[in-house]
Amino acid sequence: MMGGFITPFLINSAVQAITPILLAALAGTLCGRVGVFNMAMEGQLLVGAFAAVVGSFYTGSALGGVIVAIVATVGFSLILAYGATVFRGDSVVICIGMNLLASGLTAYLLRQMFGVSGTFSDPGIVGLEKIRIAAINTIPWIGWIFSRQTAITWLAWILTAIVTIVMFRTPLGLRLRGVGEDASAAETMGIDVTRYRVVTVLVAGALTGLGGAQLSLGTVSIFSEDMSAGRGWIAVVAVMLGRNHPLWAALACVLFGLADAFSVRLQGQGLPNQLTDVVPYVVTLIALVISHRRRRSRVSETITAHA
Amino acid sequence: MATVELEAIGIVKRYGPLVANDHIDLSVLRGEVHAVMGENGAGKSTLMSILYGMQPPDEGSIILRGAEMHYRSALDAIGAGMGMVHQAFKLFNSLSVWENVVYGMEPTRAGLIDRKKAAADVAALAARYRLLVDPNAIVGKLSVGVRQRVEILKALYRDARVLILDEPTAVLTPQERDGLFDVIRNLTADDRTILFVTHKLHEVMAITDRVTVLRDGRVVERMVTKETSAREIIRAMTGRAVNLKVEKGPSQPGAVVLAARGLTVGADGGKPVVDHVDLDVRAGEIVGIAGVAGNGQTELIEALTGLRIPDSGTVTLRGKPVTALDVERHRDAGLAYIPEDRATTGTALPASAADNLAMGFQRHAPLSRSGLLDGKAITAHARDLIARFGVKIGSEKLPVKTLSGGNLQKIVVARELSHTAPLLIAEQPTRGVDVGAIEFIHGQLVAERDKGRAVLLVSAELTEIMALADRILVMFDGRILAEVPAAEATEETLGLLMAGRVAEAA
Repeated sequence: MMGGFITPFLINSAVQAITPILLAALAGTLCGRVGVFNMAMEGQLLVGAFAAVVGSFYTGSALGGVIVAIVATVGFSLILAYGATVFRGDSVVICIGMNLLASGLTAYLLRQMFGVSGTFSDPGIVGLEKIRIAAINTIPWIGWIFSRQTAITWLAWILTAIVTIVMFRTPLGLRLRGVGEDASAAETMGIDVTRYRVVTVLVAGALTGLGGAQLSLGTVSIFSEDMSAGRGWIAVVAVMLGRNHPLWAALACVLFGLADAFSVRLQGQGLPNQLTDVVPYVVTLIALVISHRRRRSRVSETITAHA
Repeated sequence: MATVELEAIGIVKRYGPLVANDHIDLSVLRGEVHAVMGENGAGKSTLMSILYGMQPPDEGSIILRGAEMHYRSALDAIGAGMGMVHQAFKLFNSLSVWENVVYGMEPTRAGLIDRKKAAADVAALAARYRLLVDPNAIVGKLSVGVRQRVEILKALYRDARVLILDEPTAVLTPQERDGLFDVIRNLTADDRTILFVTHKLHEVMAITDRVTVLRDGRVVERMVTKETSAREIIRAMTGRAVNLKVEKGPSQPGAVVLAARGLTVGADGGKPVVDHVDLDVRAGEIVGIAGVAGNGQTELIEALTGLRIPDSGTVTLRGKPVTALDVERHRDAGLAYIPEDRATTGTALPASAADNLAMGFQRHAPLSRSGLLDGKAITAHARDLIARFGVKIGSEKLPVKTLSGGNLQKIVVARELSHTAPLLIAEQPTRGVDVGAIEFIHGQLVAERDKGRAVLLVSAELTEIMALADRILVMFDGRILAEVPAAEATEETLGLLMAGRVAEAA
């Protein structure tokens, strides 16, 4: 029964689908740790996806696409990096603006540059190569998960580990956590809070750029309007579920990826897709509620411990 | 002959038309404890922030161990051997003690923080100055006194030779304060220098070697502690003799105004924050609640005022059950309330003084007529209170956020006392207020008592409780641990009770 329900292809594509969300969630985690609430990942992924297609199309190489995607999202992230720090804007307002801007801007540029609306596909767009590991390719589960994934997927998980180590084991990470917890305390210890925040938001921008490139070049090598399709929002939820801890956020992403794969499967069973599309969001909502309840009981424990 | 460690010469700092520091000269000897005293707005904080490099002086120079200093930021001052423990701690509550201490100067091994060395270094430093603290504890779970030690450790870890302590005892129990004084003695024995900023005279007399008194941004007096008296320091600070003792006759308690029975708050998460509290406050008496902050006083007051519905127990106000009613109905039943935090709950900072003073009166004549506010009446009401309570403000139309702490507190006190309610709950009514204003507020509270009001006073300041209260309740760990008649209360007994040590206090 398992064999019929869970196929190698399903598992493989679930891992692929997690990648952009994971990278966006890492970005959100980093920003959260320095006290900048980033919920512009939806727009950042979209800008990254579009720029990746542009880069790939004009340079004729996937790597070119990835580089253009990173540069473009870092540039796009300057809005949040400076808006929420130097210009003391409200990050929620800034992020809503960025998400709207990304949607409109990519649609506009799509028309201007390629003369199409909706979806742009062209043989000239070079997709990311899937790394096929011959030794394990046919082994159930291990092969399904690890073989035939893009370099960005591998990188995403390596970055998850790196972000975790940097955050919790290095002076840089300690300083970042301090900046997020109490900026004025960090300032009295000689930390340039604004600089730490700006750089962190830009690094987070680079991560979402990678995520965007995976989105448009990882599986289909096309760009279509609003193709981030809520993934950035799911990442925001993952950040909140994970309470700015990269590993917990990653776990939340995996949970969402599985729910997504499950919904695809249910569609295959003949359920209407309007219904099955809801599954990942229902899972997310349930997870949010459970985590919130747990947090509340923990808060009341600490209050009692204080008394 | 002792050497001069730190010297400030002709420091001037202006904020617009206001001269916060007006040619201040300060000379601090190596290894001494030097008090800097003055009322609010005398320029102490400005001077300290200049000495600590947080802002540059407009004129004048700072000389540290013979060399002139030009700080671009606090970081330069820290590098030169200055340390400061701010009144509001600058700590990361979710991080451990050692993480807080090494923050910004972390020992590393192969690019990673050397946690073992960091914790060991902090433990060694703590042992050397007998600052008892567990390096691995999470700061947010520590008591205020221990957090202060973490702040001191932070400065010592950066090898501070001169340590500025800004109102360091404001949040401590008497026993914790004595512990701090021991630490200060250990530090000065090691030739470190302490700048002690405070309002509290008896502490200045107890621990300091010399005193510099500021008034209106100028140095008005330099004294050797041993050769002066509290009375003289007050005269220097205020320019007049202030009555230290509150004049009051014996209380004449009447009927019970406020009664609480079995009041319990926060029982859902395990141990209650307020644990079966019984309490009566009668007309014509001041009942004081003493206790170290965080032992349930805040929650108790919230339950008594309707800000929070208790989990069990009852509250009656003049015989009327009000347990589950909201604040407005509590007020209707006869409550006036001076909240702990004047800036967030006591006032609306961006609103004008007139609006702030009208709050609570807005539904009834004369400030409101047929559902509309009467601007003229509000202005008249505000002017009257501003004059009667001596609030220093240019116009009643100015937003209260422009006021100093003492004047802001006067706004709250003026408003609440003008509600002629039979019960007054005053929470930390003089926190951070200068000596002159304290005298005034204390006088008002006693006057209200003598008019037959019931007054419930919560204060972390033992001297205040002892000066004002007719009966003293000591709160510890959510319970009323003891009731002490004011006449029998000593600072030592109350201090022991506040630390929960009933047997020793008996």
